[in-house]
Amino acid sequence: MNKKSLMRSLPVIPNLVWGIIFIVLPLVFVLYYAFTDFDGNFTFANIIGLSDYAQTFLLSVSMSVIATVICVLVAYPMAYFISKAGPQKGKILLFLVLIPMWINLLIRTYSMMAILDDEGFLNSILTALHMGTVRIVGTKGAVIFGIVYDFFPYMVLPIYTVMSKLDKSLIEASSDLGCSKIQTLFRVILPLTKSGIISGVTMVFVPSISTFYISQKLGGGTFDLIGDTIERQFSNPTTYNIGAAISLVMMVLILLSLFIMNKFAGDDTDEAKGGMMP
Amino acid sequence: MKIFSRCYMALIYIILYTPIIVLMLISFNGSASTASVDGFSFRWYAELFSRSDVFDALKNSLIIATLSAVISTVLGTAAAVGLGKMRSRAMKNTVDTINNIPMMNPEIVVGISMMLLFVAVFAMFGDTMTLGFGTVLIAHITFNLPYVILNVTPKLRQLDKHLSEAALDLGCTPVQSFIKVELPNIISGVISGFIMAFTLSLDDFVITYFVSGAEFQTLPVLIYNITKKPVKPDIYALFTLLILTIFVLLIISNVISARGDRKLKGGKGVK
Repeated sequence: MNKKSLMRSLPVIPNLVWGIIFIVLPLVFVLYYAFTDFDGNFTFANIIGLSDYAQTFLLSVSMSVIATVICVLVAYPMAYFISKAGPQKGKILLFLVLIPMWINLLIRTYSMMAILDDEGFLNSILTALHMGTVRIVGTKGAVIFGIVYDFFPYMVLPIYTVMSKLDKSLIEASSDLGCSKIQTLFRVILPLTKSGIISGVTMVFVPSISTFYISQKLGGGTFDLIGDTIERQFSNPTTYNIGAAISLVMMVLILLSLFIMNKFAGDDTDEAKGGMMP
Repeated sequence: MKIFSRCYMALIYIILYTPIIVLMLISFNGSASTASVDGFSFRWYAELFSRSDVFDALKNSLIIATLSAVISTVLGTAAAVGLGKMRSRAMKNTVDTINNIPMMNPEIVVGISMMLLFVAVFAMFGDTMTLGFGTVLIAHITFNLPYVILNVTPKLRQLDKHLSEAALDLGCTPVQSFIKVELPNIISGVISGFIMAFTLSLDDFVITYFVSGAEFQTLPVLIYNITKKPVKPDIYALFTLLILTIFVLLIISNVISARGDRKLKGGKGVK
């Protein structure tokens, strides 16, 4: 690199140094902690010991997969209907879906507690109607519902962004050429909006597999997800090493699944991410 | 079909908004229990305003959000300008990849990884420092940076490269050329980057939770700590105020941007 081009890229240096110290170095520390014991000696014990948490991993993965699939199934028609509503009305309808995104996740999750809790709104209505009470908080269903509720806007937004850019003439062409509405949906619209679904899945799956507040509140502490386990290990300095090992495995798992998914999607997902900006 | 789509959308909106509305209603209920209705009252708002911990946490949140947004906007804008001029493709990709790690990684991993770094560094210096204001500020700058770059870069791409070259030829120093030529053209991207950084910082819970230590609390961390135990309705009053603030801000920003759009369209019409 000659002197002139070095000068040109000078403004990047603070950012690069910052990134190395506060992004790369911390990850090196995760790696270091994962492979050492409390006294700093090299060990595989943390990684091997993870088999104790296999059940938790399995539960977390299956619950976030279920929640993500429900999110896609509910959000796709929603995005479709909003895109059909016309630009003026569509803007307002989308805005209404996105408002909750701006409210802190803790508040949104806790607002569900106010309704679903044993002494919450729903049960006080049921009691008033002499219909007994239902126990919702503490079940796996409640946690899945909580994840879907909290991350739903993040699924609608990228799907809608891709869908609103869809060339209408393609849909007309497919119906001219004899496709039924259902066929058009599955053979034209769905393949063309795949990139939106993929970035939606990324935006829902990653936070849902690592959540700990939703499972603590709506799960009522009856079972642990990976996020809860990590959080607990890091509240006590003696278990940092196990916590680091769990985090490392989770990170690799997520990056691997994102990589595989992006392979299927090709390179056109960046466009859908552009929709993040309000 | 039309009826079906309308019912579907209505149902989704009802599910989305019922918990939020119920929460707001409870905050105006005079009774201490959510199970009984005791008539309309501002009792919990009065109790909320007598709590100093809430105001301290709010103050902390605003300070951290302002400082981290300013610093990350300066660092991020500089980085975006430098990246735009960088010739080496490999170097550019390296910087981009590093910057994007906090966006791809789950927040909990970003949080614990920074915490491990801080704890290790503090141990090296004999534990004279602790997690708190400084570490939270560093963490917030770090996760804000990529979003500032993301907002500034598209504006830089739209900019005519010859403009800054002309400025340099006419005797500007690189800094002068940046301030007089480039900055006025990318300022809208810089401002939206700043606003995004500010809101992300205010909203963050997970990363802050791990790097804030026992003494320093931002508003989301305080909310987490309070909701660990059964809560009094004064917290619902806090939630209601926060939700209403967000609602008002969103409507204002939408009205402003809608006006901007109209002006833009009007301008084109005249041309």
